[in-house]
Amino acid sequence: MIEFIVTQWWLVAIVIASLIPLAMRFVSGGLLETLRTLDRRWIFLLLLWSVLIPIYFIGVTGRTFPEVPSVLARATFDEIDRLSPGDSVLMAFDYDPASEGELGPMATAFVRHAAEKKLKMYFMTLWPIGPQMIDSTIAKVITADFPELAYGRDYVNLGYKSGYEAVIKVIVTNLRELYTTDSRGTGVQEIPMMEGITNIQQMKLIVNVSAGYPGTKEWVQYAVTPFPQVRLVAGATGVQAPLLYPYVPRQLPGLLGAIKGAAEYEKLVVDAYLGANPHPKYLEALRRMGPQLVAHLLIIALIVVANVVFVIDSRGKKR
Amino acid sequence: MKRTVPLLITSAGGFVLIVAYFIPFTQNWGELAAIWFDILAAVAFILGGGNLLKTHLKRMSDRVRGWGYSGIVVVSFLVTLFVGLAKVGVNPSPQFTDFAWSGQYRQMGGAFWYLFQYAFTPLTATMFSLLAFYIASAAFRAFRAKNLEASLLLGTAFIILLGRTFAGVALTSWIDPAVWDGFAYFTGLRLENLTVYIMSVFNTAGNRAIMIGIALGIISTSLKILLGIDRFYLGKD
Amino acid sequence: MRRENAVWIALLLVGAAALLWRSAFTTEGMGREYVRAVPVANGQWTQYDPATYSDYQRAEAAAPGQAEYQFSLPRTLGLWLAAFFTLAIFSFLFGDNPIYKVAEAVLVGVSAAYWMVIGFWDVLVPNLVGKIWPAVVQAWAMPGLSGPEAEPSPSYIVALVLSVMLLWRLAPKGGWIARWPLAFIIGTTAGLRLIGFLHGDFLVQIRNTILPLAVIEGGVFDPWASVQNVLIVVSVLCCLVYFFFSFEHKGVVGATAKVGIWILMITFGAAFGYTVMGRIALLAIRLEFLLDDWLWLIDPTGRRMAALLTGGGLG
Repeated sequence: MIEFIVTQWWLVAIVIASLIPLAMRFVSGGLLETLRTLDRRWIFLLLLWSVLIPIYFIGVTGRTFPEVPSVLARATFDEIDRLSPGDSVLMAFDYDPASEGELGPMATAFVRHAAEKKLKMYFMTLWPIGPQMIDSTIAKVITADFPELAYGRDYVNLGYKSGYEAVIKVIVTNLRELYTTDSRGTGVQEIPMMEGITNIQQMKLIVNVSAGYPGTKEWVQYAVTPFPQVRLVAGATGVQAPLLYPYVPRQLPGLLGAIKGAAEYEKLVVDAYLGANPHPKYLEALRRMGPQLVAHLLIIALIVVANVVFVIDSRGKKR
Repeated sequence: MKRTVPLLITSAGGFVLIVAYFIPFTQNWGELAAIWFDILAAVAFILGGGNLLKTHLKRMSDRVRGWGYSGIVVVSFLVTLFVGLAKVGVNPSPQFTDFAWSGQYRQMGGAFWYLFQYAFTPLTATMFSLLAFYIASAAFRAFRAKNLEASLLLGTAFIILLGRTFAGVALTSWIDPAVWDGFAYFTGLRLENLTVYIMSVFNTAGNRAIMIGIALGIISTSLKILLGIDRFYLGKD
Repeated sequence: MRRENAVWIALLLVGAAALLWRSAFTTEGMGREYVRAVPVANGQWTQYDPATYSDYQRAEAAAPGQAEYQFSLPRTLGLWLAAFFTLAIFSFLFGDNPIYKVAEAVLVGVSAAYWMVIGFWDVLVPNLVGKIWPAVVQAWAMPGLSGPEAEPSPSYIVALVLSVMLLWRLAPKGGWIARWPLAFIIGTTAGLRLIGFLHGDFLVQIRNTILPLAVIEGGVFDPWASVQNVLIVVSVLCCLVYFFFSFEHKGVVGATAKVGIWILMITFGAAFGYTVMGRIALLAIRLEFLLDDWLWLIDPTGRRMAALLTGGGLG
């Protein structure tokens, strides 16, 4: 840490210089009065530094916090790990660039895990921008690290269809009526791994990465609940994850919640398959836990400080 | 006629899907209705885009305040639409080189991909990242432990915020049977374990109750729509 | 000139100078994109795949002047455009300003058209036009369309008629025509959701709440699992009592509803904690883009390993 401060003195200087006006206000206006009338842009600045400095520190030093996977992360991992080579898995990536911060690492880890297990991956999405997310995950994992996997034989990108939950309603009984071609325009008839696949009940597992509506809730309601033999695991954003807990474990055996869930799952995949020196692209969520910790501490501190001021003011009014 | 036929269409569309759920023989009807819905959902995108164009062109012609920004909206809309529909910069598929339009519209290197990569993605992603700042500001300004309920909310939030990071692990790592045998009964009080229990017990129970309540609301609203009691979508006429 | 404006102008000038210095006067520079030229279809055209600065440096070291790995001016300009848009949106945190409004206008226009293009190529062409006139679509944009999926399906004409009626909403007169497809959309949504919510969110949730109050695993009583199940059942019932407004919340009902409120407060506290978690991650990825992709100050994924000095920094 000392070495970091010495070598990155310019960053320290910028941070201190940016906070000098705030310090001057505290000195001139008094602590309580400044806190009562604090311009929210100072809070924005504090949050910016609390996220940016850890990102820079981790980027420069490569250090991350240790992770201990939770029960749900392990359940998600085990659901994919119990499958056998050649089993069909539907990878439903229902997210867009706005949620990539949380869900990108999950998608990367899911695809890496499925590729290591030699599963047949059927990619699709319910979000219009989803195909781009699928393309980039395929390029990042399969094209880069599994060149032996062939498109059409080991993985296929079926792409996007509009209609929200009505898409699930159709493909759960009749996939080919809606998906007449893959996302490249090749007829499904010409794709070897689509032979014999008529609906998604034939998938051994659905792996869903979900940013909102339509997402995991719709997969549970329209695929899993009417057809209980369909198994589903999901990675969801921090906003959505608490709302999905009622489905666990009967309808949703595995759930990854927010960047923490992604980091836990990354740890499991790395420990099981990637050895001691995994490529840093598989440690994205683990790196992101650093700024998470500092930002969480800042928010707790802000709430505590605000409540201390509130209590002091309330007691002052009572007197 | 103008209001009766739509009411009949609403009921028919809805009841076909409900019947198809229970009677396997009618499953195809349900699939067909759902596919038509999927196509109409895509047409709705065109409707949305057309409406946007109409609104902003009107703002420009009326010279309302800020009409210059409407001009930017229209220009960026038309440019994106043109490069996407015309597949500008997209090469044909390697399997069908004679078909100039066979390439994928999202092909890397094409103009549409360029707009996605360097305009759409940074704009949407940054727009959503602003929420982090507002949540911090809101936490400072509004979150007061004024009563027991608010204190419960804040206390739970603190446990979750700490327990879902390494801070929670570090703060309560001393609750370890290796330190004192008696701690074996209290490992549940470690922040990371408390977080798990809060989520799997209380959060599950609260959200389950909310889910049941919302389900009842959706069921009653859907029935009102299908039976023609609620006619909000017909507008005034 | 107001002092605040003077400070902002000074900061912007310092920032611009720093960017100029970093991009032009340091060893590794910043904000450049590289590509790998790959001939496709027997050299009929060239595809440019993304490459890293490390790839380029290795290729240059092996064969100086090689053309396979090259600097990409369009993508570099795109990168700087993305950085400009990112900073433009962040500028809203200081206050509404014209630069933010320009970025917002571009976002509105691009996203609306983006969705239209996706709807056209991914749904309307294969699933509407391709079902009514498959030969036309096959000859034009989807030569790979084949098999039973390439057979005409006359029932889709109904979807075509409904689609045209829906677009009538944009017409100055006859807006009522759009009521038919809107009614269909509303009806099918209501029908889908009635069953989906009734089964998945009502019946199965009741089933999920029927838990053993005494958990016995392999003949052994598990007290902690039993306590958890009791807590879940009691908590769900208390919350449901709170939502039951037909009875006055007094006496036993009132006390139960009070416990229900407490459970809900814990639920909302958990939701807040997770929401904070979610939002911070979204901010983190944008700052990573600025520090890694644009400013080249960090390199966590090793894309510029040849140029990165130990410990990072300004160069």
